[in-house]
Amino acid sequence: MKKYGMVIDTIKCVGCSACVVACKTENEVPEGLHRDWVVEEVSGKFPNLFMEIRTERCNHCSDAPCVSACPTGASHQKEGSNIVKVTPNKCTGCKACVASCPYNARFIMPEGYASKCTFCDHRIDEGKGPACASVCPTEAITFGDLNNPLSKVSRLLRARKHKALIPEAGTNPNIFYLT
Amino acid sequence: MKKNLSRRSFIKITGAGTAGVIAAGSISKLSGTKKVVKGKSGSKVEITPTYCEMCTFKCAGWVYKKDGKPWKIKGNDTDHHSNGRMCTKGSAGMGTYTDPDRLKKPLIRTEERGKQVFKEVSWDEAFTYIAEKMQNLKKSYGPECMALLSHGAGGSFFKQFIKGFGSKNIAAPSYGNCRGPREEAYMLTYGEAIGSPERTDMSNSKCIVLLGSHIGENSHSSQVRDFSTAIANGAEVITVDPRFSTAASKSKFWLPIKPGTDMALLLAWINVIIGEEIYDKKFIKDNTVGFEQLKEHVKKYTPEWAYTETTIKPEIIRETARLMAKNGSKTLLHPGRFTVWYGDDTQRVRAGAIINALLGNWGQKGAFFNPQKAKVAKYPHAEYPKQNKEMPIKYELANLALASGICDATIPSIKDGCSFKGWIVYGTNLIKTFPDRKNTLKAIQNLDLLVVVDILPTEITGWADVVLPECSYLERYDELRVSKGKKAQIALRMPAFEPLYDSKPAWWMAKGLAKKMGLEKYMPWKNIEEYLDYRLKKSGTSLEEMKKAGVKTVKTDEPIFYSKGEQIEFDTESGKVELFSSVLEEAGFDPIPKYKRHEQPEEGSFRLITGRSPMHSFSRSVNNPILTQLMPENEVWVNSVVAKEWDIKHGQYIKLKNQDNIVSTKVRVKVTERIRHDAVYMVHGFGTEQKKMRRAYMKGASDSLLSTKVLYDDIMGGTGFRGNFVTFVI
Amino acid sequence: MNEIAVITNKVNPSLHIWGWEVPVYLFLGGLTAGILIIVSLMFLGKKEKEYSFASYKMALYAPIIMTIGMGALFLDLKHKLFVWRFYTTFNLASPMSWGSWVLLIIYPFSVLLIFATIRKGYPKYNEWIEQLLSKINFVLKIYKWLLEFSERNVRTIAAITMPFAILLGIYTGVLLSAFSARPFWNSPLMGPIFLVSGLSTAAAMVILLAKDHKEKEFFTKIDLGLIFTEITFLVLFIIGLTTSSIQYQKAADLILGGKLTPVFWVFVFGFALIIPAFLEILELKGKKIPSAYAALLVLIGGLILRFIIVDAGQTSGWLPY
Ligand SMILES: Nc1nc2c(c(=O)[nH]1)N[C@H]1C(S)=C(S)[C@@H](COP(=O)(O)OP(=O)(O)OC[C@H]3O[C@@H](n4cnc5c(=O)[nH]c(N)nc54)[C@H](O)[C@@H]3O)O[C@H]1N2
Ligand SMILES: Nc1nc2c(c(=O)[nH]1)N[C@H]1C(S)=C(S)[C@@H](COP(=O)(O)OP(=O)(O)OC[C@H]3O[C@@H](n4cnc5c(=O)[nH]c(N)nc54)[C@H](O)[C@@H]3O)O[C@H]1N2
Ligand code: SF4
Ligand code: SF4
Ligand code: SF4
Ligand code: SF4
Ligand code: SF4
Ligand SMILES: [Mo]
Repeated sequence: MKKYGMVIDTIKCVGCSACVVACKTENEVPEGLHRDWVVEEVSGKFPNLFMEIRTERCNHCSDAPCVSACPTGASHQKEGSNIVKVTPNKCTGCKACVASCPYNARFIMPEGYASKCTFCDHRIDEGKGPACASVCPTEAITFGDLNNPLSKVSRLLRARKHKALIPEAGTNPNIFYLT
Repeated sequence: MKKNLSRRSFIKITGAGTAGVIAAGSISKLSGTKKVVKGKSGSKVEITPTYCEMCTFKCAGWVYKKDGKPWKIKGNDTDHHSNGRMCTKGSAGMGTYTDPDRLKKPLIRTEERGKQVFKEVSWDEAFTYIAEKMQNLKKSYGPECMALLSHGAGGSFFKQFIKGFGSKNIAAPSYGNCRGPREEAYMLTYGEAIGSPERTDMSNSKCIVLLGSHIGENSHSSQVRDFSTAIANGAEVITVDPRFSTAASKSKFWLPIKPGTDMALLLAWINVIIGEEIYDKKFIKDNTVGFEQLKEHVKKYTPEWAYTETTIKPEIIRETARLMAKNGSKTLLHPGRFTVWYGDDTQRVRAGAIINALLGNWGQKGAFFNPQKAKVAKYPHAEYPKQNKEMPIKYELANLALASGICDATIPSIKDGCSFKGWIVYGTNLIKTFPDRKNTLKAIQNLDLLVVVDILPTEITGWADVVLPECSYLERYDELRVSKGKKAQIALRMPAFEPLYDSKPAWWMAKGLAKKMGLEKYMPWKNIEEYLDYRLKKSGTSLEEMKKAGVKTVKTDEPIFYSKGEQIEFDTESGKVELFSSVLEEAGFDPIPKYKRHEQPEEGSFRLITGRSPMHSFSRSVNNPILTQLMPENEVWVNSVVAKEWDIKHGQYIKLKNQDNIVSTKVRVKVTERIRHDAVYMVHGFGTEQKKMRRAYMKGASDSLLSTKVLYDDIMGGTGFRGNFVTFVI
Repeated sequence: MNEIAVITNKVNPSLHIWGWEVPVYLFLGGLTAGILIIVSLMFLGKKEKEYSFASYKMALYAPIIMTIGMGALFLDLKHKLFVWRFYTTFNLASPMSWGSWVLLIIYPFSVLLIFATIRKGYPKYNEWIEQLLSKINFVLKIYKWLLEFSERNVRTIAAITMPFAILLGIYTGVLLSAFSARPFWNSPLMGPIFLVSGLSTAAAMVILLAKDHKEKEFFTKIDLGLIFTEITFLVLFIIGLTTSSIQYQKAADLILGGKLTPVFWVFVFGFALIIPAFLEILELKGKKIPSAYAALLVLIGGLILRFIIVDAGQTSGWLPY
């Protein structure tokens, strides 16, 4: 069982959004829709400010509520991994999965079916990482198998302080942010 | 005299083209070696090499087509500009090809200039029209009255053309409206310019000082990568910026300086570094002149004094100066890029250059390296005609022609020298690029001929007599990229697609015009492939090889770093780093930078400061179908306390009015802690007034429109943009 | 001050996923459940003689209303061609899934209930149908057999319908409460609230349409009880939110000072609960007030309640973007 995940370095990320463009072009994401996005979070008062910049996308949650909410099995976890995918011709467009994602990672395609980040599984099959990770000018995004203790993602998580987004939502997200 | 000395190595920066004799070639059909990759789903993937034109940093990459359709663009791994990773805009380059609003046919103006009424014509008609006008101008005023304003790769061919015609009056906004002060300051101090890509070894820095360089938002690929690499390796960053920029958020110290007072901070830093004797004594002794004068000069510029100017606390000034000194030659005070701010810009950058000298970091790992450049043969051509009349020189120390100088010299009130009667404008949107629009338009109205070569119906095309639609960079061969860097590299741009509509590449236009005017001997190549192949073969490679590799690294033997303690021969008059500049003194300027107080905004008005968004390039990307999805408009940043006072809400649309009562279009407010109370910030490039740019039309506001006041750099004539103040119209 | 923003212009998809269709569907589904529960109860409690509308006439409304409701749901689907996919899987974890199966199961039973009641409830319709079918003899035979079968087994049918109807009523709420990503919905009381509200709207239908004064009065009493139960549940629901973690408190803010506060308190609490309850009390005390007023308010209120809850849930979330 592979547990694919991303480790994103918020110290390196400059919020340039190249990852967003890369995803749009690689995956031909229709106009106005985004599989990934960039968030700036500022705290403090002038001039004592702190800012975290991070790129977000579907967390390919181990306990994915979007999968359990799906009435048709269109949303599913790809065999042998935690990659959450949607089978378009099983999807009714009921949007239960959209409502069930605490990360607001899903959207409905113009054709009517639900969609979101796939961790570029088509590229993983070819031995390449996700498109967003491959363009990031600061190499802030690292992708790999969290179950493999020798993978770069596992090593980064052992070495650095990190967090996940809203773990209390109970979905077991697989994207971690180095802080 | 001295200035000629400094002119010598600098002029190479804009290395122009070539020329010779033969008939006009045709655009060859898409042919050549393209890698074919089979996608998993059985789709056919083809890749072609290019270098990017989304800004002028020229990162090399690959254009991907899937089943013949545009797909994506990715960096070329061997390229030192991109390191295989293009920025946001470069990754969205496909948008320039697919943009439905592109210019489609050559246009000739039929009504009053600026009314934007054109008729579509054939290329031959357009060329005939231009040729006739240019011959007439030549007869009446001499060929020097034609000028070329150019920014972008294809401009090289128009340079060949206009030089053949008999004019050397060529200027680019990247000098007088951008990095001119920086290049001059380093020329004056070190005898060498910084160049593009910057010769900075940031990735190895231990301490980086950024003064108004917002790397991260300024997204030049290798600069961003080097910056983040340094941070990942624990470099300590000091960012001086009135705004909490992305870079500031990565910094150990953010110094929210009062805009316009950077010189005070720099001088105080020098004061501390010299006063506490924490400078590189050996470097100063071996390699510099004027240290004693400098020491004397900065005595009065104490941190306590600087505090009152900059609002930066004295202890912070001391602490940051010590941090720089502690890291010595591994500290880089970044020379910046967009440096035309307040008029004393050459001097300000020079003050930074002096700090770098005190740190002894020239040619040192972690600071500045000695750039390498490939030698590429020229295509032989007939010698260009001699120019009789020189362009009027207002700024003697300026090494390059000023684009705005050409503009000024077009307005007849300028007394000496020639007055320009015709412009060819290639790839620069002067209406938005120049400050003081009234002046630009006045100059344009004085022209007998304005030819604009562009890909989009941007503002400048609206004022043209003839608009020549170029195809996008993804549809053309272009001049070779021969740039400087840690490695000497050559990059090729070749077409991935046939040109859409009736658009054509620059080389084809320039050559076609040359033929029409009997100037073929200056561009004697058959067609572009022959031109490129000749030059490449003479330089140890070939077009064939370049089509496969995209980028070629050429071996050079010069070391990119000096060894520590080495005595260096500088290309200055004294052969040393000039802390005290006798060139400046002779020309009547301060030999050591002095503090000059700049005007500050009155109560209720705010300094307008501008910068970049990583998602856009100037005004050229505001209609890009991909990038507009990420950022459709700019915002005006307003400090939260100010917003409260004015009762302005986050997300509200307001207008801005400047000191000359110029009112902007509607712009959305970003209420934020991230900016000082005495300034507002906007990303440059938006506020398009061109209806034909449908995605961009009326989106956001234009800082260019509001920049009516220009603070000219008295040394090199740069157009300081930051002397403008605005207030809110709610 | 905390500034948080998506800088790449992502439109928050969760804000706009469900429009009018889903609340209408939930309302009609709840009403259907209420109707079927009441009809079943009448027969199981052997009250059919006393309350003839609720027993014999009301069953007819159930499949009609349910069909309209499902029509609304169908309109909401974005990939309509694949609607049949609901019935190729059963996912116990997905209320949407078991809801669609419950609907499928309940449908034939609600039709059987019509067969069981049509001769008494709508003798004219029955005559008309029999006349229509008389041309094809064997169909008429089947029809008559069905009528007799249903009438004979009406209590068994009611006994089977009853739990599924309750399930349907609860489901309309659980569909929402299962979304732990939407704090406003994520309350165990959502099912009970929707069930009670569905019953209350069904009772209001009896009050509105029944001719018999005694029947009206009986259901007015029942409705009053339901309204007070609903008020209690709603209050507990709000207390639940406000005493939970920060996301839940933020969600509660939507109706406690936030943008949905006026509609919630004026329309749901005021017009749909308090005022009808007040009117019903006056009525029971013998004041001359047309009973239709209270009943209509309850019905409209039930619809508004669902609109507000669906809307508030979509606005609430774990992340502010
Ligand atoms: N107010 C204000 N003014 C500024 C600045 C600022 O920050 N504020 N920044 C200054 C700086 S740093 C610089 S470097 C300059 C940049 O100045 P410019 O280079 O003039 O910048 P753009 O506004 O991008 O205009 C580029 C033009 O080239 C066209 N173009 C794009 N690609 C091609 C092509 O392949 N072929 C042809 N023929 N045309 C093409 C575009 O459509 C557009 O009209 O602006 C300067 N001016
Ligand atoms: N994404 C993107 N990247 C680009 C470009 C682009 O168009 N888009 N253009 C490229 C080009 S040609 C250039 S020249 C560079 C320009 O990039 P930079 O050289 O970084 O210059 P600006 O963009 O003008 O920088 C603006 C910063 O200076 C700050 N500032 C304003 N006033 C003052 C002041 O008085 N003192 C100090 N210390 N800071 C001040 C602003 O708040 C802002 O953060 O960017 C390059 N990179
Ligand atoms: S590309 Fe990299 S640096 Fe840029 S926003 Fe995405 S993660 Fe951050
Ligand atoms: S992030 Fe959202 S869409 Fe992705 S697996 Fe988790 S719940 Fe599902
Ligand atoms: S929209 Fe499609 S994928 Fe999502 S829950 Fe409904 S059927 Fe499943
Ligand atoms: S992993 Fe692939 S699909 Fe997911 S955000 Fe990155 S590029 Fe897009
Ligand atoms: S920095 Fe970006 S836009 Fe500029 S040349 Fe490189 S990839 Fe293109
Ligand atoms: Mo620039």
